Amino acid sequence: MDAIILQLLNGLDKGSAYALIALGLTLIFGTLGVVNFAHGALFMIGAFCAVALQRILGTSFVTEDPTQKDFLGNPLKVQTPYLESWFGPETGSAIIDWSVPLAILLAIPVMVAIGFIMERGLIKHFYKRPHADQILVTFGLAIVLQELIRSYFGANPIQSPAPEAFKGSFDFGVMLGFDPNVIIYPYWRMVYFAFSAVIIGAVFAFLQFTTFGMVVRAGMADRETVGLLGINIDKRFTFMFGLAAAVAGVAGVMYAPINSPNYHMGMDFLVLSFVVVVVGGMGSLPGAVAAGFLLGILESFASMNVVKNLLPGIDQIIIYLVAIVILLARPRGLLGKKGVMED
Amino acid sequence: MLGLNRKDTTLLIIVAILALAAPVIFNIFPADSKMAFFNSGYPDLMQRFVIFGIFAIGFNILFGLTGYLSFGHAAFLGVGSYAAVWMFKLLNYNIVPAILLSIIVAGLFSVVIGWISLRRSGIYFSILTLAFAEMSFRLAYSVLTPLTNGETGLQVYNDDPQILLGNGPTVPHLFGLEMRSRAVVDVGPWEFTFPVGYYLCAILMLLSFYLSIRIFRSPFGMMLRAIKSNQTRMSYTGLNPKPYTLAAFVISGMYAGLAGGLLAAMDPLAGAERMQWTASGEVVIMAILGGAGTLIGPILGAGAIKYLENVFSKMNETLLESWFAFLPHWLQETLVWVISKFTGEGWHLTLGALFMLVIIFLPGGLVEGGQKIAARLRRKKPADDTDAAKTKPAE
Repeated sequence: MDAIILQLLNGLDKGSAYALIALGLTLIFGTLGVVNFAHGALFMIGAFCAVALQRILGTSFVTEDPTQKDFLGNPLKVQTPYLESWFGPETGSAIIDWSVPLAILLAIPVMVAIGFIMERGLIKHFYKRPHADQILVTFGLAIVLQELIRSYFGANPIQSPAPEAFKGSFDFGVMLGFDPNVIIYPYWRMVYFAFSAVIIGAVFAFLQFTTFGMVVRAGMADRETVGLLGINIDKRFTFMFGLAAAVAGVAGVMYAPINSPNYHMGMDFLVLSFVVVVVGGMGSLPGAVAAGFLLGILESFASMNVVKNLLPGIDQIIIYLVAIVILLARPRGLLGKKGVMED
Repeated sequence: MLGLNRKDTTLLIIVAILALAAPVIFNIFPADSKMAFFNSGYPDLMQRFVIFGIFAIGFNILFGLTGYLSFGHAAFLGVGSYAAVWMFKLLNYNIVPAILLSIIVAGLFSVVIGWISLRRSGIYFSILTLAFAEMSFRLAYSVLTPLTNGETGLQVYNDDPQILLGNGPTVPHLFGLEMRSRAVVDVGPWEFTFPVGYYLCAILMLLSFYLSIRIFRSPFGMMLRAIKSNQTRMSYTGLNPKPYTLAAFVISGMYAGLAGGLLAAMDPLAGAERMQWTASGEVVIMAILGGAGTLIGPILGAGAIKYLENVFSKMNETLLESWFAFLPHWLQETLVWVISKFTGEGWHLTLGALFMLVIIFLPGGLVEGGQKIAARLRRKKPADDTDAAKTKPAE
């Protein structure tokens, strides 16, 4: 029982990452009809926003300390991080410590800008071209973005620690009456899950309850008619691309402390999140979220020892198996609408 | 000749001359000259040119003709490699059974995957093939370790049965002719290497190319084009497109298996990385860069990618510094800094950028580029009408 609860919690976490990326992919597909293979790269860039901010905040400069001399009698050179020299050691290191949450604030405008540039500069020209071309050009873009990150940050994974305050773990075991240290769950993962839920809720509320969202939904249903009503739907769709990029980016920032960012994390997540989108139903937002959590939980249950002993290797392929079965049995996906890409 | 029209025969002959003379063409600069850096006449690299040429020719039969974009073809390449290495382990180092088995196994594998994937088209097909390839990659890494030797990769050990080995060579060979043996000819300052393995691959590539021309020109090829242009209309005329697409899928899978088998025959080991989806992306890039749907395109693309990979990844900063040494210091440093981002380990950046440029500005690939240049030289407008006829349905 305790193992099941633990895997459920792990699955929620994995599921949040899948759901957030798949949500962005679906937003882009639903609004612009573009299959964005560069979405994983946006997730990765988000994670590297956190790394970059840590680097910037932690960057130090060299000063001479006149009170200390080296053995030749010259003033000793010391390195002081900018922040510590400005705010004093306490506040300075506290700010660096909170760099991951700060990076979320940084990531939103950065990702929206990247999304705008991508849509206006590149993807706009591909609406009329076949899906294959869209896949190919965004695949090329993903390679370029990934390599740019690699050439700047290097190929090794980089640590991106969560704030001290969230370093510990919460003991669900004790709370639920099991032995201590059985179901322990890091605080940051709880934050990750909670924040993901907030983002998903906010995106849905935005689409559901604002005029802007209503127009966008109308545009998703029938772009031409909305255009005929005198609404500049293209502008709104560009904004939605930026929003989708921001969702992916924030997911990346949040994910950075869970798994050290590396340059190929985008490609690793991309295939999985496409599978998630397809399982959920191409173009269906609730489908993307539901399938994300479903597959995340399934994957973590499959990695339980009991299951693995029964069916070795199942944890590696469960998602693909489910996707293949669902695609064959119900091509439109779990919550997909009839007729959307259903050929 | 050989059942081809004059234009195709000329093309085949040109490709044959290029392939057979490659050890000379790629070593055009004397070994000790400054330009020797651009030589690529080493056996290993030339073999890769033609092997990936085969892979791309096969991929083009599916993608170029039917328009079905498979993102999982590396799986067949990997399966072919594993099959070949298993033949080395069980029988002996003769490459004939190894390559035959890799083609057969890849063919069977592609029947299964194709049969399921082809129930969907468009983006769904791409994602299904992607999912299958990624699943095969993960399986090869984990559960199938007894068959694939997991992360380490499959290779031949001394205690393998090799029941037919006898006194035969202990490197891959064709009835005693070792793949790695080579003739080195010195002509003045030049040094040309003529490797056996390369020539075997080149001949197989020419055979594959010939076969692909025949497929392109056959009624079957016509049917595949019909599927690309308008599948709905085709099924209204009472034709079921499925058997044709499946046949194309399996043929291209067998080509990939042949390529995988040859990779193992040149170097008897196989690893799971060959099946990763980015490896599938590479063959897509090759086909597109050269020109998908054209005969010569995939070979050009494969050659161009492998050549650029070799040259660009060899350019390190020291070399660049020596090249730009004649410039003022600041300019030299800036140039080296910029270019070094695109070379050496950063070669993939060049690949991605090149690929994007081709997709954006030259969807027909190098072949279309060549045609445009040729048309401009002849002071004619580029032949747009043929393209338009292909994509636009007749009203």
